[in-house]
Amino acid sequence: MKTSSGNRRPRYAILGNRLVVVCLLALLAIAVLSIVGTIASPYSVEEISFDQNFEGPSLGGGHWFGTDDLGRDLFVRTLKGTQITFLIAIVATMVSLVIGVTYGAIAGYFGGKIDAIMMRAVDALYAMPFIFFVILLMVVFERSLTLMFIAIGAINWLDTARIVRGQTISLKQRAFVDAARMVGVSNFAIIARHIAPNLLGIVIVYVTLTIPQIILFESFLSFLGLGVQEPQTSLGALVSEGVSRMERAPWMLLFPASFLAVMLLCLNFLGDGLRDVFDPKSAKA
Amino acid sequence: MLRFALLRILGAIPTLFVVIAVAFMLVHAAPGGPFDSERVLLPEVEQSILQAYHLDEPLPQQFARYLRGVLRGDFGPSYTHSEYDVSEIIFASFPVSFLLGAYALITALTLGVFFGLVAALRRNTAIDHLLSGLAMTGISIPVFVIAPVMVLLFAVHLGWLPASFSGGTGAGRFVLPVIALALPQLAYFARLFRASMIEVLESDYIRTARAQGLSTVSIIRHHALKPALLPLVSYLGPAIAAVLTGSVVVEQIFGIPGLGQHFVNGALNRDYTLVLGLVIFYAALIITLNLFVDLLYRYLDPRTRRQ
Repeated sequence: MKTSSGNRRPRYAILGNRLVVVCLLALLAIAVLSIVGTIASPYSVEEISFDQNFEGPSLGGGHWFGTDDLGRDLFVRTLKGTQITFLIAIVATMVSLVIGVTYGAIAGYFGGKIDAIMMRAVDALYAMPFIFFVILLMVVFERSLTLMFIAIGAINWLDTARIVRGQTISLKQRAFVDAARMVGVSNFAIIARHIAPNLLGIVIVYVTLTIPQIILFESFLSFLGLGVQEPQTSLGALVSEGVSRMERAPWMLLFPASFLAVMLLCLNFLGDGLRDVFDPKSAKA
Repeated sequence: MLRFALLRILGAIPTLFVVIAVAFMLVHAAPGGPFDSERVLLPEVEQSILQAYHLDEPLPQQFARYLRGVLRGDFGPSYTHSEYDVSEIIFASFPVSFLLGAYALITALTLGVFFGLVAALRRNTAIDHLLSGLAMTGISIPVFVIAPVMVLLFAVHLGWLPASFSGGTGAGRFVLPVIALALPQLAYFARLFRASMIEVLESDYIRTARAQGLSTVSIIRHHALKPALLPLVSYLGPAIAAVLTGSVVVEQIFGIPGLGQHFVNGALNRDYTLVLGLVIFYAALIITLNLFVDLLYRYLDPRTRRQ
């Protein structure tokens, strides 16, 4: 890459990059901890022991994050919830990525009327209260993780589609696309083999910006009781349980809430930092 | 301007129609009807219930009936609150949600502009970095994390404010919900305003004004403020949608008897007509408010007016 912010705000750029590194490390640490911790801990996620309910967090007593109203170990539950939250975020982001890149690349590549109609549709979709539609879906159909993956992914592709379209328009004027067309490569093969790989950099940026949105969305649904269902759990579901017990056992709220907050904060900083590097024009300073 | 307004209004109608159609089809694609409960009903009873709710008619006819109702402001009866119509529930709970949202939006806008201005004028100083960090925190941390933590701190431990809406009287009971709802938007407005103010302050006509010896205060008040506010106006649409979504959670946490609480309870109790009605109502609200924002932007920005 070229030098990112030139000489305009060097100090800010360095600060941003250092922050990006810290955030990346923090996210890695959380991811590793959530896998290793659940395996290494002697407690299980579902094991109920009523004689140990509402135990405060203690390093010596075995329950590092304390226990919940049913005596379940909160450390393991928080880590398991983090895993599920990560899982949903990654799968739903993939869904949104596939839709967004395909849609944006087709609109940008074919241009003209097709492009105009497709982008007008995107504009109209921006005004849609999708969250309410997803809740409607959750009411109407059996709540399952698969439905959540698809529903959440299917509504978060608008930004990606817009960016990919713009990038495709500038890519399709390049010589290698003309060359491919001249030797008779079909339009869809050009999009798949020559345009899509060149979108990688910008797509990575928007993936990092999409993941926190999706996490927010999933935890929002789970918080309301419309997302991940027992016996499975996610950070949103844990925060929701914590809220209902926060006067009796504030740790039930604070631990999952901090995990969620740190993850979202780091992902947003990471996405912002990467955007500054890859896409300086759209950086909002 | 008038032509633009008319075109935009005409454009909103098909969008609304699609929303109603999609929501209606989704509900009716549901496996099993709303009355498939554990209780086994007598066939005659079931038949009369189906008739009462017009569920025995073919789907297109049901949709046409529903659409006619919606146009009259009638969303049909609620499945779980048999004594109320969906419209009655919506109109009874809308005012408090509206107040909450309006307060939150006003708070977010005024404080967001203030902090954004401070950050723009003290660019790249410690204050700017602090505010940028806080803004990012505000954007990242979800309402349902901030709100309970605030309740824990200000209501449970310090006892300054009521923990729930029904537990307080007067303005005090609005304080925590409004702050919780406003914070993410406040952060967004501040970031947006900082960026647009910096851009405006770097433009040529501001440099000219400065060269003529105008004071900073005068430059901002007479020349920079209005153009710098424009991006905020265009963000108002998404902000309104975000506040509406956020209010669903905030009403749940503080026990505010607004639209959002009915929506969540309806969703949990599988009250199909209530949820369907509320989805349509929310969509109509967002589409209408977006329309107003578009017109406002058009009115405020002379460049778009001339086209």
